[in-house]
Amino acid sequence: MSEHAAHAEGHHVNYVRIWQILLVLLVISVLGPMIGIKIVTLITAFGIAVVKAYLVAKNFMHLNLQPRYVVYILGTTLVFMLLFYAGTAPDVMKHSGDNWVKPDVVQPSAPHH
Amino acid sequence: MAEHATPHHAHEEHHEEGWVKKYLWSTDHKIICFQYMFTGMFMALIGGFFSYVFRMQTAFPGIEVPLYGMVSAAEYNGLITSHGTIMIFWVAMPVLVAAFGNYLIPLMIGCDDMVFPKINRLSYQVFFLSTVVLLSSFFVDGGPFGGAWTAYPPLSANAAWNNTPLGASLWVLAVALEFVAFLLGGINFITTAMNSRAPGMRYTDIPIVVWFIVIASMLFMSSVGPLIAGAVMLFMDQQVGTGFFDPARGGDPVLWQHLFWFFGHPEVYVVLLPAIGITAEIITVFSRKKLFAYRTVLFTAIATGVLSFTVWAHHQFIAGIDPRMAHIFTITTLLISVPIAEMMFVFIATLYGGSITLSTPMLWALAFVGEFLIGGVTGIFLGASGADIYFHDTYFVLAHFHYTFFPIAIIGTYAGVTYWFPKMFGRMMNDTLGKWHFWLTIIPFNFIFIPLFVLGAAGEHRRIYNYQNFPELSGEWFFALRELATVALIIMLLAQVIFFVNVYISLRSGKKAGKNPFRANTLEWQAESPPPHGNFAELPTVYRGPYEYSVPGRAEDYWPQNAPT
Amino acid sequence: MRPIATTRSAAGIPTGLLAVWWVLASEIVIFGGLLGSYIMYRLAHDAWAEQAAATNVWIGAFNTFVLLTSSLTAVLAHQAAERGDGKLAAKRLYYTCIGAATFIVVKAFEWTTEIQHGFTITSNTFWSFYYTAAGLHALHVIAGAILMLFVAADAKKGRELHRVELIGIYWHFVDIVWIFLFPLLYIAK
Repeated sequence: MSEHAAHAEGHHVNYVRIWQILLVLLVISVLGPMIGIKIVTLITAFGIAVVKAYLVAKNFMHLNLQPRYVVYILGTTLVFMLLFYAGTAPDVMKHSGDNWVKPDVVQPSAPHH
Repeated sequence: MAEHATPHHAHEEHHEEGWVKKYLWSTDHKIICFQYMFTGMFMALIGGFFSYVFRMQTAFPGIEVPLYGMVSAAEYNGLITSHGTIMIFWVAMPVLVAAFGNYLIPLMIGCDDMVFPKINRLSYQVFFLSTVVLLSSFFVDGGPFGGAWTAYPPLSANAAWNNTPLGASLWVLAVALEFVAFLLGGINFITTAMNSRAPGMRYTDIPIVVWFIVIASMLFMSSVGPLIAGAVMLFMDQQVGTGFFDPARGGDPVLWQHLFWFFGHPEVYVVLLPAIGITAEIITVFSRKKLFAYRTVLFTAIATGVLSFTVWAHHQFIAGIDPRMAHIFTITTLLISVPIAEMMFVFIATLYGGSITLSTPMLWALAFVGEFLIGGVTGIFLGASGADIYFHDTYFVLAHFHYTFFPIAIIGTYAGVTYWFPKMFGRMMNDTLGKWHFWLTIIPFNFIFIPLFVLGAAGEHRRIYNYQNFPELSGEWFFALRELATVALIIMLLAQVIFFVNVYISLRSGKKAGKNPFRANTLEWQAESPPPHGNFAELPTVYRGPYEYSVPGRAEDYWPQNAPT
Repeated sequence: MRPIATTRSAAGIPTGLLAVWWVLASEIVIFGGLLGSYIMYRLAHDAWAEQAAATNVWIGAFNTFVLLTSSLTAVLAHQAAERGDGKLAAKRLYYTCIGAATFIVVKAFEWTTEIQHGFTITSNTFWSFYYTAAGLHALHVIAGAILMLFVAADAKKGRELHRVELIGIYWHFVDIVWIFLFPLLYIAK
């Protein structure tokens, strides 16, 4: 536990303060989309998600205190996921090609009560 | 972090363990290796038997196959599906990755066991469960799944089309459990290799086979996730009736293909790397030479691993994928042949000028290089999307991947087993029987698959139950080639008896092996043969790399890693 | 009875910690594959917005609040464990488990309501993803809570305190997955 010694002794983040910031961000991310402007929704819903994840990773997981290779390992898997998306989305999201068409299936919407 | 040079005293209270605790419930990595190895070899017998049955049907359509009976079209599909599934997931993975990884990693890095022995045991138990689930699918109503090991939906998702309602879901379940087992095992391998190295063992002192098994585990862990997600979705489609892969419900079958192959391609490197690692160990020992360009080989393996994530859609060139993607995947696929070819050249460079002994393990290692080169070269035709339009789904593909998989799973395994048998069991194997087994395996192997290359180039489609239904593929010489391949297969399968006989008589009356019969440098040869629980009487400290053979100026032509300077 | 192998740290961090990071790496690709697939479909099917409108953003937000708070208690447990205070660490881990239980109970009510309104797993592929993704996440919540109970039981006796940090890291990961699930399933309408 030696790498935590410096951490515990003095300077460490105030976890409650971080939590409060997270809650404020949560409120913004719920209210933002209600305005209805797409770009605002994108920033508040998804942008804030990224910020929240960063705050949790840095301050709660102490990712910044780990040896650098830990960040590289996690970062590499994230990059692989982007790679997967980049290689698959052109196919799955394509609606027509030279000789074919994928009709946008309108599914029976679930009955509302 | 006090370093103990002597094993924990707990090991010395060696309470006489009952048979069950010692062999079935053990946490010792060496026992777990044997559990994986014997399960894998047992499954290989089943997978091999299936190949005999379906090749008999292909070569002699309508025949009543001895030891099996008539083969129906549905059974044929079940046989080829099970053969592929078993050989990859229940033979290559457990033997090459789990068995050799379990045995070699702690020994070669100089520690007393894996870092999480109980999780290690759990991983085998989950694997065993997956084996039972898969085998049970042979006995359920409708029989085993027959939609190919690639399990493309809509066929695999809908029992109305695959006619194996239970078999299909048991297959998905078995594969998913197998993935969990290997995730558990992989964490052990990676963590142990990273953290538990002997004092003095730098990253560049780690034997290549350990590096490669660890890199393979990393590849597996980073690539299997999307397929686990896909397996959950497929299971849902099968059992719950969701439409993840159903175009009529807004789903897309191509998504499954991408999820499958995103894993499927790195998977072949997951099994390839351990086989290359085993070959590296054998070639250095039996040519008494340092491995040529160790660091380059290491970086090449890492680069190959990363590149392997960028080639997957070459399996989907004619599935209707975006042609622009096909261009990209052609380039990456052709690129990836370069690092692997480089590794083969490294082996040749290592051999050059060496003092070569053609022992049985060395024969297997050399055969690996030669046969794999053929497999690799034929892959280039398939990686080019233009040529693949013709070759896809023909026997050309099948011959290509058998020229790669057979060296990996069979040649690599025999190389490793014949090399480490003395260490594992304390006895030498019979070299004469070993050589008979070798030649009677390798020569027929080529007579099986070269005809299949020719047939594939002539247009023979894969996964066809009876070629008599295709007049253009039913000519006399077509069937002559099929029969040649089948006869060669039977000879090759029968030759495996020699191996089992060799194992049996070697165990009973083979020459006692001593610690280091091959005069090798790596740490496992410094332990007793077989190593006791805890591996080393005194945990070693390392002073040099693993390949210091024929060092000028020294009396001996080898220099163990832990010999004091 | 622990092997000497477990006590070595050639890579610079304790073995258990190293292992947890690798577990997280493998989980990133599992959820990444599932969520990536969902995003592809969602972006390609504007019609799903109609279905997505039926998710309840307030319940989703409440559950996000619950998980964020449980992450707080988890890291506070780690802080206590660092100081060697096993009993306090165990107590804070129990609070985290209560958070997990709350999350699951709320989800159970949420899903029951949605199913009663006819939004079942098969009614539309949006809902298939909704239940599958949130379901897989919920399984991880349950598994994490169970493991956490074992760790807390040990910590209370002052044993294996290093495991408090390890289960905490896993828990934060489960929280982060939900941080992304929430906008994907509840807000993107």
